[in-house]
Amino acid sequence: MLDDFVVRAVLAGLGIVIAAAPLGCMVVWRRMAYFSDATAHASVLGIALALSFSISIFAGVLFVSLCMSLLITTLTGRGVGMDTMLGVLAHSGLAFGLVAVSLLDGVRVDLMAYLFGDILAVSRMDIAVVWGGALGALGLLWWRWSALLTATLNSDLAYASGINPKREQLILTLALALVVAVAIKVVGALLIGAMLIIPAATARVFARSPEAMAFLAVVVGIVGVVLGVNASIVWDVPTGPAIVCLCAILFVISNVVRMFRKGS
Amino acid sequence: MTLLSTRGLSVRYDGRLALSDVDFDISAGEIVTIVGPNGSGKSTFLRTIIGAVIPSSGHVEKNNGLRIGYVPQKLQIDPTLPLSVERFMSLPCRQAKNDVVAALENAGVRDFGPRQLSDLSGGQFQRVLLARALLNKPELLILDEATQGLDQQGAAAFYLQIEQLRSTLGCAILMVSHELHVVMSASDRVVCLNGHVCCHGTPELVASAPEYRALFGKGTGGALALYRHEHNHQHDDGCDHDHKETDHVG
Repeated sequence: MLDDFVVRAVLAGLGIVIAAAPLGCMVVWRRMAYFSDATAHASVLGIALALSFSISIFAGVLFVSLCMSLLITTLTGRGVGMDTMLGVLAHSGLAFGLVAVSLLDGVRVDLMAYLFGDILAVSRMDIAVVWGGALGALGLLWWRWSALLTATLNSDLAYASGINPKREQLILTLALALVVAVAIKVVGALLIGAMLIIPAATARVFARSPEAMAFLAVVVGIVGVVLGVNASIVWDVPTGPAIVCLCAILFVISNVVRMFRKGS
Repeated sequence: MTLLSTRGLSVRYDGRLALSDVDFDISAGEIVTIVGPNGSGKSTFLRTIIGAVIPSSGHVEKNNGLRIGYVPQKLQIDPTLPLSVERFMSLPCRQAKNDVVAALENAGVRDFGPRQLSDLSGGQFQRVLLARALLNKPELLILDEATQGLDQQGAAAFYLQIEQLRSTLGCAILMVSHELHVVMSASDRVVCLNGHVCCHGTPELVASAPEYRALFGKGTGGALALYRHEHNHQHDDGCDHDHKETDHVG
């Protein structure tokens, strides 16, 4: 069964979704959308690093994503407007990454594959890495879920309950870096943000509890992956963007449904 | 019995000294109110007590295993977060259903369990926060300007609830407030804070202290400084002053 590249693609996509969707809910609730974008964009720098030191792409991207998110966390609240600084870091991370990749001697790199993903080319090994990383991130989220939710509501409330919000933020950052590192092969650096945000935003319409929203986001992501992979084969379009398009269409549909529900 | 005390507490915040050398005690069952102008370090003081701010010198001494309930100033809930009152009560630890119902009842929001936090009014939200703080049966309840954004009636009702809680639950209450005239009548002791402790004592003592008058009395002709709620007279005379048209022009 795993010999079929379509099956492998879907499996890899599902691996991303089970971690990215609940993580995306946290990102949405904490208004960290730009934060996740900056981390993902900087991962191109990680690719350059991995190629020049001949280490695995996963390790290189994980390292750079972690450094980037720690840098952002440290700089937060130091005077410069947060969204301005994230804009600076996200785009310069991407630009430096692109320059660094092009400077590599003797390596021919298919940049498109890293920017938009190459899900149809994933190997069995890739699937194992994706699921390993995704389950790791999901495990972190599962473990800290209540503490993270409390810290999301209000940091003083968290302190009063004996929770250190800075520690929780760090754990969330680690989970985010993990997801970015495994997702770059599947949807690419530019579209990871979409896989985090869009399923979560779609699920919000129907959810009455945080857990339900996380679960619904996974469902939306699964539908997006299955339909997206098939659509990309039928119409011969790039797969990563096709998955994101499907998720976006689901987002629009769910919001139209909500408008009608409100109107009636 | 002293529940909590601070000795020589100083806090540096953004490079400036927000609190300097604060000595403070609170005993079981006591209601203590902290008053002070904006930026006087009131909230910083409470946040140091709950452990959100690390003091630069001095220390906070708590009774072993002291149970603290904390009601924050105001909670901004992102509209993308679906959260019912019940679920909120069980954060971060799951609570028994009966305890949740009892806490909601004690805070005067009995049937609010299934409601979404985003659908609550300001006053209802504060009561839900109060209910959550009551869940662990606190010996010390800390409120940080809990009535901000409520109208005077709402605030008065809220403080009435707090006073009732003290008598039913027997917990000590430490609160920060702007509504001097309301809280002063409810407090056993008032601490006037302005970076340091200006003066403290019974409401009467503080209200007549020159330091307090200097902070609050000027410019308002003393109207803000002291409005004590008197229980021995009644407002049964209605409105008997004239409303001249000219009074309302401009």
